[in-house]
Amino acid sequence: MKKSFIPIILLGFIINSCTKDIVERNLEFPALQPVSTDINAGIWKPVLLTGPTEFPVAAPIAVTTPDYIAQINEIKTWQADLTKDEKAIVKYWSAGAVLRWNEILRELVAKHNLPPYQNPDGTYPIPNANNPLAYPQFPFANPPYAARAYAYVAAAQYDALVAAWHYKKLYNRAAPYTVDATVNALIPKSDLPSYPSEDAVVAGVVGEMMKLLFPGDQDFIQQKVEEHKRARLIAGANVRSDLEAGEALGKAVAQKFITRARGDRAGAAVGTPAIWAQLETDCIARGEIPWISQESPKRPGMLVLFGRVKTWLFDSLTMVTTIRPVPPPSTSSQKFKDELEEIYHLSTSITPEQRQIAHYWADGISTYTPPGHWNAIAAEDFVKQNFSEVRWARNMALLNMSMMDAAIVCWDAKYFYFNPRPSQMNPGIKTVTGLPNFPSYTSGHSTFSGAAATILGHIIPARATDYTNMAKEASLSRMYAAIHYRSDCEKGLEAGNKVGGYATQRALTDGAE
Amino acid sequence: MFKKIIVAVVLFVPLLGSAQTDIDGIMMEKNAFCIGPMFGYSSWKNYWEGTLKRENLNLGTVSTQMYSVMGNYGITNKLNVLFGLPYVKTKASAGQLNGQEGVQDLSLWVKWKPFSKKIWSGRLSLFAIGGYSLPVSDYTGDFLPMSIGLESKNLSIRGMADYQRGSWFGTVSGTYVKRSNITLDRDAYYTTEMHYTNKVDMPDAASFNVRAGYRDKGLIAEAFLDDWITPDGFDITRNNMPFPSNKMNATRIGFNFKYDMPFYPQLALTGNAFTTVAGRNVGQTTGFNAGIFYVIDFTKKKKTDSNESKK
Repeated sequence: MKKSFIPIILLGFIINSCTKDIVERNLEFPALQPVSTDINAGIWKPVLLTGPTEFPVAAPIAVTTPDYIAQINEIKTWQADLTKDEKAIVKYWSAGAVLRWNEILRELVAKHNLPPYQNPDGTYPIPNANNPLAYPQFPFANPPYAARAYAYVAAAQYDALVAAWHYKKLYNRAAPYTVDATVNALIPKSDLPSYPSEDAVVAGVVGEMMKLLFPGDQDFIQQKVEEHKRARLIAGANVRSDLEAGEALGKAVAQKFITRARGDRAGAAVGTPAIWAQLETDCIARGEIPWISQESPKRPGMLVLFGRVKTWLFDSLTMVTTIRPVPPPSTSSQKFKDELEEIYHLSTSITPEQRQIAHYWADGISTYTPPGHWNAIAAEDFVKQNFSEVRWARNMALLNMSMMDAAIVCWDAKYFYFNPRPSQMNPGIKTVTGLPNFPSYTSGHSTFSGAAATILGHIIPARATDYTNMAKEASLSRMYAAIHYRSDCEKGLEAGNKVGGYATQRALTDGAE
Repeated sequence: MFKKIIVAVVLFVPLLGSAQTDIDGIMMEKNAFCIGPMFGYSSWKNYWEGTLKRENLNLGTVSTQMYSVMGNYGITNKLNVLFGLPYVKTKASAGQLNGQEGVQDLSLWVKWKPFSKKIWSGRLSLFAIGGYSLPVSDYTGDFLPMSIGLESKNLSIRGMADYQRGSWFGTVSGTYVKRSNITLDRDAYYTTEMHYTNKVDMPDAASFNVRAGYRDKGLIAEAFLDDWITPDGFDITRNNMPFPSNKMNATRIGFNFKYDMPFYPQLALTGNAFTTVAGRNVGQTTGFNAGIFYVIDFTKKKKTDSNESKK
């Protein structure tokens, strides 16, 4: 009996254990079919541009000219003999330009989200944008860096598309498949004028922004730009002149945002040894126990001056007077002791469910960071909304400007208060995820999540309660991980909600609603 | 008779279910059942980040304690079934990361000896071993190097040859391990590219094992070399943490013994020690295991050591 029984059990196991096919969610996204073309989006309020015509786009050649007909024939030549790979890139990019470039950005963030290894003398090297491929590679895409990258890309992309929509309506050139019925539309047809190409605008503007932010990955980025444009040609969605005009407009708009980025003080956010020491001295002078790096060797706090970076949605005075959280419980207070005890208790009695939550939201090294996580959440919901590309861009800009401002608000509080982590105050506290190397108050996750949930709840009201609950869970996850006190999480969430409120105000007045 | 020792395939994870009984040339006789507890301790201070050997001051020394129970039953003299179930606890001597502990993976093996014949002045035996292991608690594999296991279900197939002449023997075996996908607590992750899924395609693994030494009534003493290879998988990037689907390779050498109590032959003591001499994306682990095993004979008939040389 036993002899025959064992092989049957094993066979059952084999069948259960050897299914290897994995379906990745982002490759399942359908082709974008907007419910509205948002044809009047050229009047929406840009972020930096003085208006949609700040960068001119020349009138397109007529569709009756030999040059245009040659461009149509270029499409037909592609379509006459399509390889499997060519069909695959058409399908991939058909899900949406803003979506795919957001994914590419998340991938670059995850690739670069690794803290530099120490020098032999115990100091740490600082990545150098002018030598990005030497170790440590530039950038270290930590959460503030990532928040800023997502915001610049999203805001520049939005302004470029507002300008593009102005010219689309102005010139009103139909898509190749409409001009010539023998051109196949390999993607859903649209009434949206095709000049300048919105896809090429996005590829142009985002490609340029990414080359600034990830200078060591220029070849990878350029290859994606070329693939994206080729996909639009093959799909019969754009002729070459649609693409050229779009890419040129995107690149021009990018320059304006690159100029802002070079002057937004992020370049100095690392600080200096004198500044690092001063923050500690100031905290001691206030009668509080200062944060101390628990890394070995001690690593300077992450981007100590990021709190002074230029914000998008409010000015720095508003941030200090209206949004900066109240001081944390004094390190000598009973409330502080109680909160510390709460984290010690959690760290020694974590439930499997709490551990799962801590890991789900950890978004630590080698991930796309908490802002990237909220981009992923937003993107997967936006796919279901069938937004036009310009509305996708507008919503991504609102989300990411909020999260960059949330990073600035949070980093301002962290280094203004310089509050120690729970495991510094009680070495018996062991963490369920990597301990971030910066002061505790307030929680970055909570601030990012409060901002994201607030603006996303405005964009998709039916999901508002879900977003609020997700933000609360993300916030609590940091207590489960034993790296934050309750005050860090609650005050972070409150500040984030306030930042999200400024984004909502902008959304109500930008002309898109 | 049961001789055991867990020689964990110690990577970043304490144990990948390679009990020595499924990799030696010994069979339990029909109706005999052997069972016993094992204790194991292993640790590493240095590890290979890709091919770069380094230490990590934020981990210090990562140690693993293991308490397990193992058993072997003789269905016939030529067909045995074996099992192993460890409880594992990890700890880092520096830094803040919490150790993990829990019941790890249940391993089952079927061991078959289809061929055993006198050749020259010794005896050649051939074996086929099929193994399966699966997690039996909801530990987190995606928390290396503190995880107690990798979470995958593993199906292994092994071919083995054993030759004994007098009291001296040698055994060689090769194993292929097919591993199931694992499910993470997060829904996206980066390897060498971004993945939008909670499922991870675990690379299959292979191992090669050679052991030789003295084997006679009441005492086995042998040296071994074990080479574990993950042909696919990716390297840990600079200053990153390990990930379950890394390319984990390890070459280990060690020594085993088994000693039957002279006046109470149902009891046997076993032990081993090993160290890692080369690796990639694994800890440079050194460790030992020790156990006591008890034989129950369901035929109520006096059994002797099933030493190969006497069959």
